[in-house]
Amino acid sequence: MARFTDKNSYTILFSVIMVLVVGSLLAGVAQGLRGKISENERFEKQQNILYAMGVDDNEGTGSVTFIPTKEVEATFHKYIKKQLVIQGNEATEDENAYLIDIKKEESHASEDSNYKRKLPLFIGEKDGMTYYIIPMRGKGLWDAIWGYVSLDKDFVVEGVFFDHKGETPGLGANIKERFFMDDFKGEQIMNGNAFEGITVAKGNNDPLNERKDDQKVDALAGATITGNGVTAMIKKDVAQYIPYLEKLKNEQ
Amino acid sequence: MGLLSKKDSRLILDPLADNNPITIQVLGICSALAITAQLKASIVMAVSVMVVLAVGNVVISLLRNVIPGKIRIIAQLIIVAALVIIVDQVLKAFAYELSKQLSVFIGLIITNCIIMGRFEAFALANKPWRSFLDGIGNAAGYGLILIIVGFFRELLGSGTLLGFKVLGDPIAKTGLYALGYENNGFMLLSPMALIVIGIIIWIQRSRNKELIEEH
Repeated sequence: MARFTDKNSYTILFSVIMVLVVGSLLAGVAQGLRGKISENERFEKQQNILYAMGVDDNEGTGSVTFIPTKEVEATFHKYIKKQLVIQGNEATEDENAYLIDIKKEESHASEDSNYKRKLPLFIGEKDGMTYYIIPMRGKGLWDAIWGYVSLDKDFVVEGVFFDHKGETPGLGANIKERFFMDDFKGEQIMNGNAFEGITVAKGNNDPLNERKDDQKVDALAGATITGNGVTAMIKKDVAQYIPYLEKLKNEQ
Repeated sequence: MGLLSKKDSRLILDPLADNNPITIQVLGICSALAITAQLKASIVMAVSVMVVLAVGNVVISLLRNVIPGKIRIIAQLIIVAALVIIVDQVLKAFAYELSKQLSVFIGLIITNCIIMGRFEAFALANKPWRSFLDGIGNAAGYGLILIIVGFFRELLGSGTLLGFKVLGDPIAKTGLYALGYENNGFMLLSPMALIVIGIIIWIQRSRNKELIEEH
């Protein structure tokens, strides 16, 4: 005798009900926790921006430790003196500039050639020095990579932070390790008067990165495409800020 | 154990030792290798798997008479997937840094062989309470190994436990490091987890000869 659960109509009915129940349950959970999750993502952005200007809890030479989540909001407002949004030739202050979605701005600008992209710029101050922190976004091997670079007024890199969505663990994913990020410190992004960015270079015969004026850092073994992505990201995104930064420099 | 009958308490105790999912059944090895470099991650993974397995076992057991046989694997998958997404969202909301660290491995609980294995082998044929105990027992057996491996890997690899510098400071050369001790960076790599698990299996089988398979 066949059990009622063996009927095709029952099987279909069961799957429909199961999908509906599970679907609405998950939608409810996602809705309920969304506020908390987006707050965490906001703190993460603040942590990353502070990390790029050297405000962190790093100990030793191997760890990447951010300011703890509980303190980051206050620390962020202590060190970041100004948040600007540059649009064309205009720069306006906006205290939520760090929440601007760079990906959306980029695609908006590429679809509509009349649209002037909003470029967020963060001005930080630590120990009497001024840092200009620029957000970046680009493509790695598998998925998006992004980060922040902080420059001083002479266009020397004071620190960087990189992160990625899905680079290969142990290879491309190492862009967020100290030994890679620390190499950028002290590099000059201008070659003479022209913007050149920083190239993640294979075989530049400078593994300890002792030459700081060559616009090159040593590449990661096995991560050529991720490294090229970092190079391209710096070239593409930092370049857009150069006119404004030069204007600032000349005004001083 | 007065609370549980003898048969019920075996459901919890067996997977801890003589029927351990990792060392005897050799299930769930992938996550045991991947996330045990730190004790904290091991504990969180153990707890997450316990929640998913215990709740999932109960749900499957309650539905065992109404799940159509033809699509039972799909039904099990959907239930695990839903539970895992809930765990992932809760971690993202309340332990964001940890969830970034565990990243893909929480999602991979879905593919953890222990979970589908217990659903199929136990929950589909047993009552909810017994299935719940079975889930707790198997997840505890899995978690126990994870925590032992995590303990040794973090202690020998980084000289810390749960982030506390129990062996002294390697940079300032205090504690053990003053005597010339160095951390073994190799312990932080996945292959060393396999070696630690191998040692656990060795100890376990040499203490209980019944576990040794005949060839």
